[in-house]
Amino acid sequence: MMTEQLAALFLRDWRLAQRLGGGASLGVMFFLILVTMIPFAVGPDQLILARIGAAVLWIAALLAGLLGLDRLFQLDQDDGSLDLLRLCDLPLEIMILTKCAAHWCATGLPLVVSAPIFGLMLGLEPQQIFAVTLSLFVGTPALTALGAIGAAVTLGVRRGGLLMAVLILPFTIPILIFGVSTSTALADGMMAVHIPLTILCGLSLLSFVVAPFAAAAAVRHMGE
Amino acid sequence: MMKDVSVALPVRMWRVVTGYANPTRFLGLCDVLVPWCASLSALLIALGLYLTFFVAPADYQQGESVRIMYLHVPAAWLSLMIYAVMAVSALGTLVWRHPLADAAQKAAAPLGAAFTFVCLATGSLWGKPMWGTWWVWDARLTSVLVLFLLYLGLIAIWHTLEDQAQAAKAAGVMTLVGVINLPIIKFSVEWWNTLHQPASVFRMGGPTIYASMLWPLLIMAVGASFLFVTLHLMSIRNEILRRRVARMALMMAQG
Repeated sequence: MMTEQLAALFLRDWRLAQRLGGGASLGVMFFLILVTMIPFAVGPDQLILARIGAAVLWIAALLAGLLGLDRLFQLDQDDGSLDLLRLCDLPLEIMILTKCAAHWCATGLPLVVSAPIFGLMLGLEPQQIFAVTLSLFVGTPALTALGAIGAAVTLGVRRGGLLMAVLILPFTIPILIFGVSTSTALADGMMAVHIPLTILCGLSLLSFVVAPFAAAAAVRHMGE
Repeated sequence: MMKDVSVALPVRMWRVVTGYANPTRFLGLCDVLVPWCASLSALLIALGLYLTFFVAPADYQQGESVRIMYLHVPAAWLSLMIYAVMAVSALGTLVWRHPLADAAQKAAAPLGAAFTFVCLATGSLWGKPMWGTWWVWDARLTSVLVLFLLYLGLIAIWHTLEDQAQAAKAAGVMTLVGVINLPIIKFSVEWWNTLHQPASVFRMGGPTIYASMLWPLLIMAVGASFLFVTLHLMSIRNEILRRRVARMALMMAQG
């Protein structure tokens, strides 16, 4: 019963994300543009690009992920479906986790899938490309979950997107640190790669636990 | 009237807290407390500064520059304490719906940002002669910088959201999420063994700092805490008065 309802919510959100406002392709395009800008800024030196490539991919994914997040609850708030979700007898927390999952599949997953190609453009080694993609796969869901807090807190705020970025970006620093160090650890040698990777997994899991509760509290209070 | 002694102490304390939900009663309390806190703070800081510059010895390694510590460390402690005060106020808003908790949250954010800024600025001035650089991306420095960013974000919430009751709830949720940063700051010097020195006052086995330096430091810290309490009370009072003015302006506009 519950899984059916959640599956319906997931499919609804996923379809909406696909069909509204350019869907996944727009986020990937923004990702590509950010990656393209970097060689213009630091110069097309292959050595430098390969050294900072992992960090560039992570920063670009972070910014591209932020882009559509303000729509996570705002559209539902505007057309009233968020009120229906509030009245639903399922816990709001698990519905928010489902919405985050749908949002990540629609916007985060395409970034992860396209990361290897952009890694090639930045001249990364194959194993480093593998590490960046893996760390993005583990880390970007956490970014979506944290972003849900920001989206919920800025619900109904005019020009809320900028406020959301200011509020959420400080909390993504630990994920950024361990995401990038997973990639660079692999480049330095296979020895210690599991340490930053397991910490990154831990941070991700922690954010899945904390974020739905905080976001649900904000959605309940902000709609009053 | 018989005094009810059968009620447990927490319940009686709770009644005191809820009693001051009445803004008028709180304003009365403010008028009593503010002069005392202000004079205590002025006295302690004056004494602390005298001890800092004329009594406390120069460090055998750091020389005279160690005197920055008496400003830097209290500011650092307060930057954490104010966040804790704000977190308790956030609980007051979200859980107990205490009407003054909103004002307490709003008033604490700029004060916390100011003390954090003092901590960062004095640390930077101290770092230049000692470490040879204004800034390093050390774990303690970075986590305090993140604390500063959190304060700025919270201030941005108060400025951006027009409905102040809604802003209080949004700021409350963000404040509680940000509490995660406090243990990270506290233990950053132990988890990551980087440039910033580990704790030397609040540690297992007692302080490792010599008494002639510890006393001025503690006096400065207590003085700075009273300064915060004074400013916080005054700021809450301003917020209450500002709300009354806004309400009266609204009533006048409605005729």
